[in-house]
Amino acid sequence: MIIKSHDITHDIIIIGAGIVGAAIAYELAKYELEILVLEKEAEPSFGVSKSNSGIIHTGFQSPATSLKGKLAVRGNKLYSDLAQKLDLPLKQIGELVVAFEEELPKLEEMQKNGQELGVPDLQIVDRAWLDQHEPNLNQDIQYALLGPTAAVINPYEAVYALLENALANQAQLHCSEKVLSIQSQNSVWQVTTEKAVYKTRYVINAAGLFADEISQLAGILCPKIIPRKGEEFLLDRHIQNLTERVIFPVPKPDTKGVLIIPTVDGNYMLGPTATEIEDKTDLSTSQAGKEKVLKAISNLVKWLPETIVITSFAGLRPALKNGDFYIQEDQPGFVNLVGIQSPGLTAAPAIAEHVREIIEKKQPLKTRVHYQSERKAIPRFRDLPLNQKNTLIQQDPDFGEIICRCEEVTKAEIKMAIQRGACTLDGIKFHTRAQMGRCHGSFCTAKIMTILKDELGLKYQQITKRGKGTEIVY
Amino acid sequence: MSIKKEYNLIVIGGGPAGMAVAYSAFQAGVKDILLIERHHKLGGILNQCIHVGFGLHYFKKELTGTEYAARYRKLLSNTDIEIKLSTFVTNVSPQKEVTFINRSDGVCVARAQRLVLATGCRERTREMLTVPGFRPAGIFTAGLAQEMVNIYGLMPGKKIVVVGSGDIGLIMARRLTLEGSQVLAVLEIQPQLSGLIRNKVQCLDDFNIPLYLEHELLEILGKNRVEGIRYRDVKGQKEVYMKCDAVLFSVGLIPERDLLIDQEMTPSNEVRLAGNANYVHELVDHATKESEKIGQEIAQELLGAKNV
Ligand SMILES: Cc1cc2nc3c(=O)[nH]c(=O)nc-3n(C[C@H](O)[C@H](O)[C@H](O)COP(=O)(O)OP(=O)(O)OC[C@H]3O[C@@H](n4cnc5c(N)ncnc54)[C@H](O)[C@@H]3O)c2cc1C
Ligand SMILES: Cc1cc2nc3c(=O)[nH]c(=O)nc-3n(C[C@H](O)[C@H](O)[C@H](O)COP(=O)(O)OP(=O)(O)OC[C@H]3O[C@@H](n4cnc5c(N)ncnc54)[C@H](O)[C@@H]3O)c2cc1C
Repeated sequence: MIIKSHDITHDIIIIGAGIVGAAIAYELAKYELEILVLEKEAEPSFGVSKSNSGIIHTGFQSPATSLKGKLAVRGNKLYSDLAQKLDLPLKQIGELVVAFEEELPKLEEMQKNGQELGVPDLQIVDRAWLDQHEPNLNQDIQYALLGPTAAVINPYEAVYALLENALANQAQLHCSEKVLSIQSQNSVWQVTTEKAVYKTRYVINAAGLFADEISQLAGILCPKIIPRKGEEFLLDRHIQNLTERVIFPVPKPDTKGVLIIPTVDGNYMLGPTATEIEDKTDLSTSQAGKEKVLKAISNLVKWLPETIVITSFAGLRPALKNGDFYIQEDQPGFVNLVGIQSPGLTAAPAIAEHVREIIEKKQPLKTRVHYQSERKAIPRFRDLPLNQKNTLIQQDPDFGEIICRCEEVTKAEIKMAIQRGACTLDGIKFHTRAQMGRCHGSFCTAKIMTILKDELGLKYQQITKRGKGTEIVY
Repeated sequence: MSIKKEYNLIVIGGGPAGMAVAYSAFQAGVKDILLIERHHKLGGILNQCIHVGFGLHYFKKELTGTEYAARYRKLLSNTDIEIKLSTFVTNVSPQKEVTFINRSDGVCVARAQRLVLATGCRERTREMLTVPGFRPAGIFTAGLAQEMVNIYGLMPGKKIVVVGSGDIGLIMARRLTLEGSQVLAVLEIQPQLSGLIRNKVQCLDDFNIPLYLEHELLEILGKNRVEGIRYRDVKGQKEVYMKCDAVLFSVGLIPERDLLIDQEMTPSNEVRLAGNANYVHELVDHATKESEKIGQEIAQELLGAKNV
């Protein structure tokens, strides 16, 4: 087989539409490059990036010498600007690592580490401060390390925001298109998928849990990914005032421990656990996980209501043995991003800059001529003032038709999500919140299926929860 | 926008209870009544009940749910109750203002002397979501499965387990069997049935569907589509695996009062609950009769006040 350079179809092929692939597409779309993102799932963000804690960490949890520490600190800085430009809801609520009396030296160590990394405004606070600001913390907690720059977001919204902007700047995204093989010749990479063959100058391997296998496809050695499962438990929205900030215990060697997370949507999440597993598709939750989490949390707070968990999910961290990220141009034109585990969501925008620098070293990049720096989110009808609601309904009566009763999501919002690429029930859920409320979709599922059917010209039987094999009805 | 802003009575929810409140208040002389229903048709949950067992007390005739609803709709058609269909109430306030929304009027606010919430009930889903295991396709509440089958003609599965012995679950066990699915079992964690005995006899026994009392669902298996469940006998603690491709949950109903709860309001003489929003009625006839009484009481209060 001979690949000729005039056959080249793309400058950049990014494998994986998680937060890392999306951030890279966003960053590189600022330049005059032909970019294609390939994703095996039916929609973006269906991998690790949909099931995580949604925290934009300060970065102080990672060793000062690590790559992931540096990138997380930089990523945290970049997010506020991104949130503005891309209309991404982000709440800067801060994080606290809480310590019992004997753990103070550990906090000081962490503070020092954080300062070395350049984390701003770190401060150790005492019980009096906690009494005033976090009155529900366990009475025996004496100190805490406060990182005010930590924030929370919805991770999948970040993926959508980044990708939508990249697409507006001429990048392409192909979902349901799994990469099957990768070959190279004369500095050109040939990427074969289920549907087509592409030729590109760069392959960016951002395949999350499967990045080691993608590297293998290209015949490139890289460290092996050891999936580490984390189970998370969501609490009912009625539960309020647990804590104001993200709360961590003093971390153990292998994990940051079980956290209390006030999510950007206003309900609390508890977790994650950390268990090494073999199967990269095992997303099951367990009774044992739930008990472990509730027990750990009960050590942190004075008060925890009973029977509070309304739903749970599991995510797998694509971890490496040494715990760090592995980012390298392993062969000319092949950039590996392996082991992007926590804090990968935080680091993603900085990872993207890092990748851009790798490419820029070899060739200067030309900034895009008609660059669009902004992106607008789908309007969240429920939160608009009355006059704006009526203006929208006058423009488009679909705003007057409520489909999801719990979250008050209108038909117009669902149709907009479909226009932006949602084609499954889970996709509609992540784009609009429909099905996420108290009734968990018992009211709106059939209605959403009807809209999907009409908009996409499908049969009911073809509509899925999250892609092929997850059909809903016969 | 063709909305009046002031009414004597606004009824939220056009199921049997809401229709009965509005109708009886009208019959007793109340004018300016607004009845709001989010569906495109009055009748509430009855519209998806195509089985018989409705109306013996009220219409003195054994009817299907849809027939019962049709008969009551006919009563309403001879009144000048203002009816808003495909209209969603999103908010009520302590000042008895009702915010509603539809495609043609947009978002509107109307006020009333008396407000009735006849918003029915919703199914409990917590059990469905806190069961450990995977999150595959093929998990439904029994009511959603009923809507799929009876309104859309779609089948939720071929080999089905029902978890919980509520009436909707029992009725759906029969319905799905008649439609050609195999219902393998109904699991109930309690020592007793939660639905009506007559539904157990007519829907399970007559179709040889086993009911396992004191059996607990432990886990749902299957990564993409449901592949099976694990359950256990609460007493013997013996664990069993059962292959299936769908799980229906029928684990109870919750009166739908979010409109009040959201505003931290409680029912009063001026803001009342009717039908299943008040408490779950097993028989629609009772819901109708009770609600007609509420309509009459409201009429007395309103008209009495005018006469003074
Ligand atoms: C429980 C948990 C909690 C976490 N909490 C946080 C947190 O609070 N803050 C934080 O910063 N980080 C957190 N993380 C880490 C963070 O979620 C990950 O680092 C990040 O999501 C990784 O993103 P990614 O894009 O690399 O991977 P993914 O999102 O998995 O994206 C990779 C994509 O590649 C696709 N793909 C794979 N193989 C192929 C193929 N052959 N062809 C085409 N496409 C392919 C996949 O389908 C997938 O969509 C957490 C992780 C877990 C598991
Ligand atoms: C599967 C099943 C089987 C049954 N079998 C029998 C039987 O055999 N015999 C029998 O006698 N009874 C039976 N019943 C019981 C009977 O159907 C109920 O008691 C009766 O429907 C209750 O009436 P309702 O008006 O209170 O509630 P619903 O019928 O639930 O009506 C409530 C209405 O309020 C509307 N609504 C709610 N919120 C809003 C809002 N925010 N804005 C606008 N509208 C709103 C809803 O759309 C709905 O139309 C059965 C019920 C079910 C579910």
